[in-house]
Amino acid sequence: MLPMRVAKRQEPLGYWGSCVVLSVALLLSLLLSAGMLAIRGTPPLEGILTLFRGAFGSPWALEDSILKAIPIYLCALGVAVAFRLKIWNIGAEGQFALGAIGATWVALSFPDWPKFALLPAMAAMACLCGGFWGLIPALLRQKFRANEIIVTLMLNYVAILFLDYLVYGVWKDPASFGFPMTPVFTDGAIVGKIGTSSINWGLAHCILLGLVIWVFFRFTRLGFEVKASGDNVRAARYAGLPYNRLVVLVLVISGALAGWAGFLEASATVHRLQPSIMVGYGYTAIVVAWLARLNPLAIGFAALLLAGLRVGVESLQLDLQVPAAFGGIIEGLVLLTVLAGGLFTHYRLVWRRPG
Amino acid sequence: MKVLQVLAVLLLLVMAGTVQAAEKELKVGFVYVSPIGDAGYSYAHDVGRQAVEALDGVTTSYVESVPEGPDAERVMLNMARKGFDVIFATSFGYMDPMLKVAKQFPDIAFLHCSGFKMAENMGNYFGRMYQARYLSGMVAGAMTKSNILGYAAAFPIPEVIRGINAFTLGAQAVNPEATVRVVWTKTWYDPATEKEAAKSLLDVGADVIAQHQDSPGPQEAAEEKGVYSIGYNSDMAPFAPKAHLTAPIWKWGPYYVKVVEEVRQGNWKPESAWPGLAEGIVDLAPFGAMVPQDVRDRVTAKKAEIAAGKDTIFTGPIFDQSGAVKVAEGVAMTDAEMLSMSWFVKGVVGTTE
Repeated sequence: MLPMRVAKRQEPLGYWGSCVVLSVALLLSLLLSAGMLAIRGTPPLEGILTLFRGAFGSPWALEDSILKAIPIYLCALGVAVAFRLKIWNIGAEGQFALGAIGATWVALSFPDWPKFALLPAMAAMACLCGGFWGLIPALLRQKFRANEIIVTLMLNYVAILFLDYLVYGVWKDPASFGFPMTPVFTDGAIVGKIGTSSINWGLAHCILLGLVIWVFFRFTRLGFEVKASGDNVRAARYAGLPYNRLVVLVLVISGALAGWAGFLEASATVHRLQPSIMVGYGYTAIVVAWLARLNPLAIGFAALLLAGLRVGVESLQLDLQVPAAFGGIIEGLVLLTVLAGGLFTHYRLVWRRPG
Repeated sequence: MKVLQVLAVLLLLVMAGTVQAAEKELKVGFVYVSPIGDAGYSYAHDVGRQAVEALDGVTTSYVESVPEGPDAERVMLNMARKGFDVIFATSFGYMDPMLKVAKQFPDIAFLHCSGFKMAENMGNYFGRMYQARYLSGMVAGAMTKSNILGYAAAFPIPEVIRGINAFTLGAQAVNPEATVRVVWTKTWYDPATEKEAAKSLLDVGADVIAQHQDSPGPQEAAEEKGVYSIGYNSDMAPFAPKAHLTAPIWKWGPYYVKVVEEVRQGNWKPESAWPGLAEGIVDLAPFGAMVPQDVRDRVTAKKAEIAAGKDTIFTGPIFDQSGAVKVAEGVAMTDAEMLSMSWFVKGVVGTTE
C-alpha cells in the first residue's frame, strides 16, 4: 500500500499555494521534456536553454513570441467567456476563420476607404461574422438541444472549407499564378506596427479587450449572472436567471473575440486571406484558457508561454536538429502536468501513520 | 612601448580574426513545409540537403513543418540573424515572406522553390516534374486494362494541374483510350484521407493509381486491391512492392551542391532556374518487375529524347476537356503559360476546383 493517501482540503488552495503548484507543474513538464531530449541524444540542458533563448532570449525573439501570442490571446479570451458558463465552445478555430473572412470582405470591397474608417469597419464585420458563427450552436442548442461541443467542432470544418472556397474561387488574386490567395490588402486595411518594433497594434487591442472582459465579470450584473449560472445551473435557474439568453450571449461574445483575432491575423500579419492563415490558434486557445483558469490576465501569460514554445522550438530545430513534432510534445506535457497539478487545489496528500 | 605592444597584439588578433573568417564554414538553411520523415516532397529536398552537408566546410540545418505565412518569415529571419549564408525555402507560399527578408539581408543568397518573384539576392528554382510525369503516364497507359487511370491530386494549383495534364498526355501517347479520373484531397500529407481518395478511384474502376501527395497512402490502397500504382517524390516501391510501377522523383542534390559552390566562390547570380530531365533534377524511379520490356524500352527512349532537349509535351495540338483546341498545332506553350496552367486536357475526368 502507498505510504500516503489523498485527502480533501477543508479550504481550496489559496493564491500563493496555487502559484507554487503551477510552478512545480511547469518545472516538472520541463524536466520531462529534458528527459526526452536526453533519450534522443540531444544535450538536455542546452536544449531547454535553446528553447528559451529562441522564445524569449532576445528582443527579436520576444517580439516574435508576443506577435504569435496576440491571436492566441484573443481566441482564448473568447473561449474562456463561454467556459465560465460551462458552455464548451471549441469552435474558436471556425469563428477565427469567419472573422478573417468578414474582415477580408470589407478590405476587398472598400479598398479606397481611409484607415480610420476601414479598420473599424473590418473589426466590426469580423466580430459580426465570428459572433454569428457562435450564434448558430447557441440556437441549435436551444431549439434542438444539440450538444454545443459537437456543433462548434463541426462548424470549424465548415468555416475552413468556406474560406478555401473563397480563396480558391471568387477572391483569388488574378496575379497569383493560380495560387489560392486574395490580393494584398491596401494600406488602409492594414493594422500597423507600434513604433519601430515588429509588434502590431493588435497588442493594444488585446489589453483593451482583456480589460473589458475583466470589467464585465467583475463589475457588471450580467457578468455576475454568467459566473453564478456557470457555478450552479440549477440554482441559477431557480433564482430566475435567464440561462438560455446567457448561453446565446457568451457564445456570441466568444465568437466575436475569435473573429477579432481573425481580423488581426489577416490585416496585421498576413495582409491578405490565404488558407495557411489557419494554423490551429483556435485549438491552442482552449489549452491556454484552461492553463490560465479562465482569468484574463493569466490568459495573457499562458498565451505568451505557448506562443513562445512554438517560436522557440524553431531554434531548437535550427541549432540542434530536433524534429518539429517536439514542440507539440512539450505543449502536451505542459497541459498535462498543469491540469494534473489542479488536483492539489482541492486535495492534498497525507502520510499514513505507521500502524 | 606598452602602447605599441598592445597595438601589435590587437593587430594580430584582428588578422587572426579575418583569417578565421575566410575559413568560416558556409551555413546553409532549408525551410520545409512538411515533416521530412514523409518519404515525400520534403524528404526529397532533405536528401538534397544531405548532399550539401557532405561538402567540406559547409554546415546545413533546417526547420520543418513551417506554415506558409508569417511563421515562414520569422523562421527565415531567424536563419538570417544566425548568420546563414544561403537559405532555400521549398514551398510556394514562402515567396512573399522570403522577398521581405531578402530585402533586409542583401549579403545572403536566397533561393525560393516553385515561385516567380526575384530580387537582387533572391532567385527561384523548380524542376520540370511534368517531364517525368509524362513518362510515368506512358507506363500507366501501357499497363491499364480498364483504360481508367486514377489520380489522387493534392490542391488545384498550376503545379498539380500541369502534372495531371502531362500524365494524361503521356498515357494517351501509348493508349488513346486512356482516361484519367481526378479526385482532390486538398491535402499535402494526410495518409488516411489520401488512401480513402485512392479507394474511391478504385471503386470507379481505376486499375492504376497515381498521386501528388506526400504520403504513401494511395500506394497502399493499390497494393491492397491488387492493382498498379505510380508513386511520387521518391521511390515508393517499399510501400507497395507488388503495385509500384515507377514514380516521377526529385533529385535535388546536384542542383543544391551547384548553388552552394557558386555562392562559396562568389559567382552566384539570382536566376529563374527550371531544370528538368536533362539536368537530372527530375527522374523516373526504377521500373517494377511487372513492367514488360517493350514498355521499358519505349519509355526509356522517350526519356532520352526529352533529356536531349526535345521536350514537346506541351506542344499543340492540345485539346481541353470540351474538345476545343487549346494549343494550336505546332505551337509550344511558354514557360509562363505552363506555370499558370489552370485547365485540364481532354481525357481528364474531373474539375479544376
